Amino acid sequence: MAGFLLSGDNQGRDGDTLQRTLIGAAAVAAAAGVALYVGRKLSGAPEGPLLSDAPASTLRGGRKPDPALVGRTVTINRSAQELYDFWRNFENLTQFMDNVRSVETLDGGRSHWTIAGPAGTEVKFVSRITEDQPGRVIAWESEEGADVRNTGRIEFIDAAPGRGTMVRATITYDPPAGAIGRAVAKVLQREPNVQARRDLRRFKQLMETGEVTSSASPSGRRSEDPTKQYL
Amino acid sequence: MRALTWHGRHDVRVDTVPDPEIVNPRDVIIKITSTAICGSDLHLFDGYIPTMRAGDILGHENMGEVVEVGAKSPLKKGQRVVIPFTVSCGSCYFCGKQQFSACDNSNPATTSDMSETLYGYPMGGAFGYAHLTGGYAGGQAEYLRVPYSDVGPVVIPDGISDDQVLFLSDILPTGWMAAENAEIEPGDTVAVWGCGPVGLFAIQSAFLMGAHRVIAIDHFPRRLELAKQLGAEILHFREVNVREALWEMTGGIGPDACIDCVGMEAHGLGIDNILDTVKAHTFLGTDRPAAFRQAILSCRKGGRVSVPGVYGGMMDKFPIGAFMEKGLTMKTGQTHVQKYTGQLLRMIEEGKIDTTFMISHHASLEDGPDMYRHWHDHQDTYTKIILKPGLEKGAVQTQQEKIHEPA
Ligand SMILES: NC(=O)c1ccc[n+]([C@@H]2O[C@H](COP(=O)([O-])OP(=O)(O)OC[C@H]3O[C@@H](n4cnc5c(N)ncnc54)[C@H](O)[C@@H]3O)[C@@H](O)[C@H]2O)c1
Ligand SMILES: [Zn+2]
Ligand SMILES: [Zn+2]
Repeated sequence: MAGFLLSGDNQGRDGDTLQRTLIGAAAVAAAAGVALYVGRKLSGAPEGPLLSDAPASTLRGGRKPDPALVGRTVTINRSAQELYDFWRNFENLTQFMDNVRSVETLDGGRSHWTIAGPAGTEVKFVSRITEDQPGRVIAWESEEGADVRNTGRIEFIDAAPGRGTMVRATITYDPPAGAIGRAVAKVLQREPNVQARRDLRRFKQLMETGEVTSSASPSGRRSEDPTKQYL
Repeated sequence: MRALTWHGRHDVRVDTVPDPEIVNPRDVIIKITSTAICGSDLHLFDGYIPTMRAGDILGHENMGEVVEVGAKSPLKKGQRVVIPFTVSCGSCYFCGKQQFSACDNSNPATTSDMSETLYGYPMGGAFGYAHLTGGYAGGQAEYLRVPYSDVGPVVIPDGISDDQVLFLSDILPTGWMAAENAEIEPGDTVAVWGCGPVGLFAIQSAFLMGAHRVIAIDHFPRRLELAKQLGAEILHFREVNVREALWEMTGGIGPDACIDCVGMEAHGLGIDNILDTVKAHTFLGTDRPAAFRQAILSCRKGGRVSVPGVYGGMMDKFPIGAFMEKGLTMKTGQTHVQKYTGQLLRMIEEGKIDTTFMISHHASLEDGPDMYRHWHDHQDTYTKIILKPGLEKGAVQTQQEKIHEPA
């Protein structure tokens, strides 16, 4: 569960090229950002009790309860019970969580995680279930001594009739201790939300199609293997 | 295998690349027998579509013979299949609504981020069309990996030639959906911008759906002639003022529906188009929507605008006033190919649709780079090119001499 807040070093090698191609979009976004900033300066951020019905992860900067809070929701065309059952069997999670090498179930709602860290390192920790409502919620927190202390919560919420289940992940992580922890944090702070949304997307693919989608195919790029997903 | 690869603006090469392999249980591998070059490939050739990577294999209008079958594919070796350009899973919310090009699963988790950033939600996958739509290799090659082979491929019965059915992969359903999106009623006059393959199929479809008149617009004599053969009245946009002509020809009412089969690289010397071209080349803008603007301004009050033409980014000077004040409806989108293939295959078998009249050239894969240049530089005479990996280099057949091989 905690795996997908850890983003490893297996990003596509052409990430940079792609980023460059998106510079145009980024420029537009930057302009929009300036406009927003100016707009907010003029209007001032609202104070007082929250009015919005949205999850806490969507709150703007100052109003977020915890700046390290990451959230993502996907709708999956399956029943809440079916999705919960698959997820609750933690060994299954390696099928769609990119960086999770293994999960081993221990006693007392605990599990031992091995995760690929940057530059070939591995991060290990024990995670403990803090809330378990069959078909509804699974929440966890890392035990003392984890390189990256983290808590998370997966909710399975019925969507409109006939439209499956909304799966919502909410995650927080604490600044880690130790050398590996710092290295992990560097990657983490860049993209914990990216890892979460990609893992959830792969979960959806697996549940709806029986496969994790891959565009692996040949190309004129000599170094690439036609059976592997790049980017 | 041999394959056509993209290396940058106006740089397409024939390369030797690895063969594709089965990756997922629902996959098949096909041996390509025919693969066409599309107007959409021109947008790649001209460098208008972001997220191409040097070495990408082109080609999204593909058919061939099944040669390898994944563990969960219902197809059998030896079957002849046409492959929709849209990669669709068949089991997500969107596929369930038959909005196949919006498939929520076919774009891999890593590449779907890009379209999410650009468009708000991840786009579905497509063959041979940049990493924005998944980065799947195309079929302008000897072999192609086809995912979700239980959803897309159309099995072709014996006795029908490649030429007759190849366009089920894209341009025939695209022209058909363009006409469907125009919501044609009896008595309607439909104006169609662009007499490329998409426009020509939109014209044919519009008549089949009961249009009273179709007015077709382009500036290439040969393409206009093909439109006329289908029964359309034609306008050469360098000869006439298109908006005035449409007013006059419809007695001041205007076309009931307008279809933009041109897309982001409109030709023409209108001041707006010159400005858009400069902006596109200096990266200040992304699209050149001259035909699109003209379609909106020409459409009658309360009319429908249908846009199969491809756009990618932001548009300047969208005539929102005309659009709102006249109360227009607009429908657009990448084609939901799988929704239409069954129905259109039946119409081909029954002889209700002519799918071969626009084919001007057959050529080998080895001649592919030359064919891209012709498709770009000589649009008047090159009205549709089909590449056949089975042909020898140099064996280019023009329309007059082309061999209709038996199935
Ligand atoms: N929606 C989809 O799923 C889908 C599928 C296939 C193709 N397309 C798009 O449809 C468009 C047409 O495809 P095609 O294969 O027919 O391309 P094409 O390039 O062969 O044809 C475009 C035609 O438009 C004409 N034209 C250019 N400027 C014009 C103007 N100002 N007024 C009138 N005509 C003008 C050109 O002379 C040309 O004949 C492209 O944008 C293509 O990307 C969309
Ligand atoms: Zn096409
Ligand atoms: Zn789908």
